[in-house]
Amino acid sequence: MPQDAVSLTGRRIRCPLARITVASLLCLAFIFFSCASSHAQESPYIVTYDHYLEEPGNLEVEYFSTFGTQRAGNDFHAFWMEFEYGTTAWWTTEFYVDGQTTFSDSTVFTGFRLENRLRLLEHEHWVNPVLYIEYEQTSGADKILKEVEGHDVESDFAEPNSVLRQEHDHELELKLLLSSTFKGWNVALNPIFTKNISPSEPWEFAYALGASHPLAMKALPQRCNFCRENFIAGVEIYGGLGNVRNPGLPNTSHYLAPAVAWNLPSDWTFRLSSGFGLNDNSHRLLLRWGVSREFTGFGEMVRHLFGGRV
Amino acid sequence: MKTRSTRIQFDLLVRFPLPCIMTIILCLSFAQRLALAQNEGAATQRPRQSVYAPLLKVPIAARARENPFEGNPLDATAGGKLYSQHCADCHGPKAGGTHYGPSLLREEVQHATPGTIFWILTNGVVWHGMPVWSKLPEPERWQIVTFLESLHPQSGRPANAP
Repeated sequence: MPQDAVSLTGRRIRCPLARITVASLLCLAFIFFSCASSHAQESPYIVTYDHYLEEPGNLEVEYFSTFGTQRAGNDFHAFWMEFEYGTTAWWTTEFYVDGQTTFSDSTVFTGFRLENRLRLLEHEHWVNPVLYIEYEQTSGADKILKEVEGHDVESDFAEPNSVLRQEHDHELELKLLLSSTFKGWNVALNPIFTKNISPSEPWEFAYALGASHPLAMKALPQRCNFCRENFIAGVEIYGGLGNVRNPGLPNTSHYLAPAVAWNLPSDWTFRLSSGFGLNDNSHRLLLRWGVSREFTGFGEMVRHLFGGRV
Repeated sequence: MKTRSTRIQFDLLVRFPLPCIMTIILCLSFAQRLALAQNEGAATQRPRQSVYAPLLKVPIAARARENPFEGNPLDATAGGKLYSQHCADCHGPKAGGTHYGPSLLREEVQHATPGTIFWILTNGVVWHGMPVWSKLPEPERWQIVTFLESLHPQSGRPANAP
């Protein structure tokens, strides 16, 4: 029989989501107090990936929220937490957990994802390719909209959580991350190929395209929070491209999302993005924000813990 | 027997989650502090010629590039700030090297041309652990080069000039 978790005040917590929250908070507290932090230079993208990987041995902990409007249903707040680890300079691995609250309905845990990004070329080129491989195990109630695939449309999310949770997805997702940086501009294009592991489901296609530029190209000598060098502005456009049986734009949804990242000298990064639906199949608004912090020496700590030589 | 032992440990974790997790946190925290304390400067005691080999593979045209901020103290200071934010974790706060990255005070680096350092900074040494830093705007990368040059301004240069 499953046991209940205990909160910091000693009360027993029966909700699985609360158990996950308590465990996550404890993990965060541990990482926060035991690892050195590192200043990150994060892009403003939330959906698109550029070719920059996590520095080796570093752990980046990220939290993101998405508020979405829903016609013919209740608005929702979806959230996910990412643990991104730089295994090597050419390999980054990530673990996600996600959930959502549908207003006037319920809060549910919606699944997890395992992701790997592999850099393919040693040096910088005009276009830098990175291979992205993800396995995700989610329920139909997943609303984080980290990517919009195939024929995903707004009406798919209108059902109550109790109905949506009945659906279980095991998906393999492949992306080719193509990214280029020139004179401060970064342009990234991600063709996306998704396959539900169920044999009857077809391959689905999607895309994400992003461009960004820092507000200042030179750093000031003094440490500052609000100087322009700490801000990167950009825009993303993403959407579905149908599936192998019905490829193309009919019955797909698309979004345009201006975004900004604020990289603080105190090692925190904040991101804000406001996504607007571009056609009638899209949510009117996807307002996203995220906060992240990067910690150095995590890999060394774990290696040392298990007897590795320093 | 092993299964039973594992089950007992798991039962302990389920029945007393908070004390167990706090104990694990304390142990991990102690190990982390120990690792970090031993890290800084330890690598500098063992000079390894091979880690500087990528400096010799920089294209000739890249080596010849001039630093637009050469000798500018303000840019050197800004570069020092950027160095502490992005580079010090691996190369040490005083550029003396750690287990993650080699010393930048050795003559292989100090005698390299600004263009060589800039190229390495931009392209990294990906297969050997150094990530690319082209995500920093080009002027900021030159500011870091200016800072590295300022560490030993009296050093002779350039040994590996084109």
